[in-house]
Amino acid sequence: MKHALEDVPARVSKQPGRLLHVDPQRAMLTDRGMDALPELLRPGDLLVLNDAATLPASLVGTARGEPIEVRLAGEEPDGTWRAVVFGAGDWRTPTESRPPPPALAPGDSLRLGPGLHAQVTARSDVSTRLLWIRFAGSAERFWSALYLHGRPVQYAYEPSPLPLHRVQTAYASRPWASEMPSAGRPLTLELLGRLRARGVDLARLTHAAGLSSTGDPALDAALPLPERYEIPAATVRAVADTRRRGGRVVAVGTTVVRALEGAALSGGGDLGPGPGLTDLRITRGFEPRLVKGLLSGIHARDSSHFELLSAFLPGPLELLYTMHATAGRYRGHEFGDSTLVLG
Amino acid sequence: MELRGAAIIVTGASRGLGAALAEGLGRAGARLVLISRDREALEAVVEKVRAQGGEAHPIVADVGARESASRVAGATGALVGPVEVVIHNAGTLGPVPLAPLADTSDEDFEQALATNLVGPFRLTRALVGSMALRGRGTVVLVSSDAATTPYPRWGAYGVSKAALEHLGRIWNTELSDTGIRFLIVDPGEMDTRMHREAVPEADPATLLPPEQAAARVVQLLREAP
Repeated sequence: MKHALEDVPARVSKQPGRLLHVDPQRAMLTDRGMDALPELLRPGDLLVLNDAATLPASLVGTARGEPIEVRLAGEEPDGTWRAVVFGAGDWRTPTESRPPPPALAPGDSLRLGPGLHAQVTARSDVSTRLLWIRFAGSAERFWSALYLHGRPVQYAYEPSPLPLHRVQTAYASRPWASEMPSAGRPLTLELLGRLRARGVDLARLTHAAGLSSTGDPALDAALPLPERYEIPAATVRAVADTRRRGGRVVAVGTTVVRALEGAALSGGGDLGPGPGLTDLRITRGFEPRLVKGLLSGIHARDSSHFELLSAFLPGPLELLYTMHATAGRYRGHEFGDSTLVLG
Repeated sequence: MELRGAAIIVTGASRGLGAALAEGLGRAGARLVLISRDREALEAVVEKVRAQGGEAHPIVADVGARESASRVAGATGALVGPVEVVIHNAGTLGPVPLAPLADTSDEDFEQALATNLVGPFRLTRALVGSMALRGRGTVVLVSSDAATTPYPRWGAYGVSKAALEHLGRIWNTELSDTGIRFLIVDPGEMDTRMHREAVPEADPATLLPPEQAAARVVQLLREAP
């Protein structure tokens, strides 16, 4: 049966969204608005945000004489890009209905707009849609051309294309994210100011949020792919200070959970500063070491985001959450409502 | 503030005060992203900065265009990292010789507002959230005494600069507890192409070389906390 959450996509809206507060300690679910967020947190809590800006990651062009769309799925340390490639068509067709690209192999050229020529350097064993490509030319020419010709990844449920500025959080900085780290979208500067005034500390990290779907079931099953992150020393100190004084570390978005918990795991339990790469998959039963609460979107049961959310929803809460969100017609997708799991 | 290594955007950087700021900040060790519509002139400024050992990256963009702010903010973040200073220096007088307001077209008035006011608003909005989260940042708005003195024939420009100054004051009030500073700078009458076009009869000997005005702005930034 198709899940009801998927039937209630949100349209881009300036209205403050709804907030489903789940208190796992008391097994309570409460309908709130995002405006209530400051009163659901306590002085001394720490909210950690992902400040990655959203890339204009979608490029239209040709390869082997056929039309393609390339979606950039993360830059590698050697300067190549991981890329998911689609065949003919555009974003109006859901990814699962998009045809595959022509068979591409290392050495093939991709023409993706003026000044945006790339060459395939490697191909994934998981899916013919997943390639590694290298762009020709200097970094500044690449970035200038990407921002001229690239568009943000679009969503088939939206009636018209989204411009780049509509898929940024209020505090976006370096463009690392293939798609918007959407849990932070409802956080306006005014709301962040109210949180500070309440005594809630704010900290940031940068995590390269990846693509949400690729149209290839085998590749979708492998999501999220390994993603890079960078954690400032100030955030490491803020997490330690918060835990020392008994405050709660609350992640804004599943990417923040992956970065913090992935970094802690790779550090043998200790969180250290700096860049890293995480392939951590957080699912039901995972016990977070650092993160006590999560602000996220409303997620359907078959998504990787829901898997991660379920790590914060013990016992019957997972089912209660889905029933409550469905009955309450909470809006899913990137521009939908929010969930706060915190007790 | 320490300018060495600081990520700084300068708009209108292909000539005049913007080019002089680029050279001065480049010598101070800043990591620069320079913005202009004029690719050829901009690349010449970039080469000058690099020849003096500085770091500069050109982005060809019209600051008055709607999508420019997210393009400039994003590409800057990729090239030099989180922005610490943005200098809104790009400005337009509109067509010269300057005309009285009664003879100013809708299009020319709107273009002056787009370049001198709305563009800086959009680019500032794209940057202040990240600055606020990091607890520091500086926004410099280059203004003019035309913002306060109603010079005949400087209508669209004067209105745009008056509004730009007020924009800076309101930003400053709204973000007063974030660590972001807003500086409004009136560099005075400079020996630039813009000034020659507006006041062709002016004696260049009475005008400030843009390099001197730029040096004062660089000093102002250095002395800031």
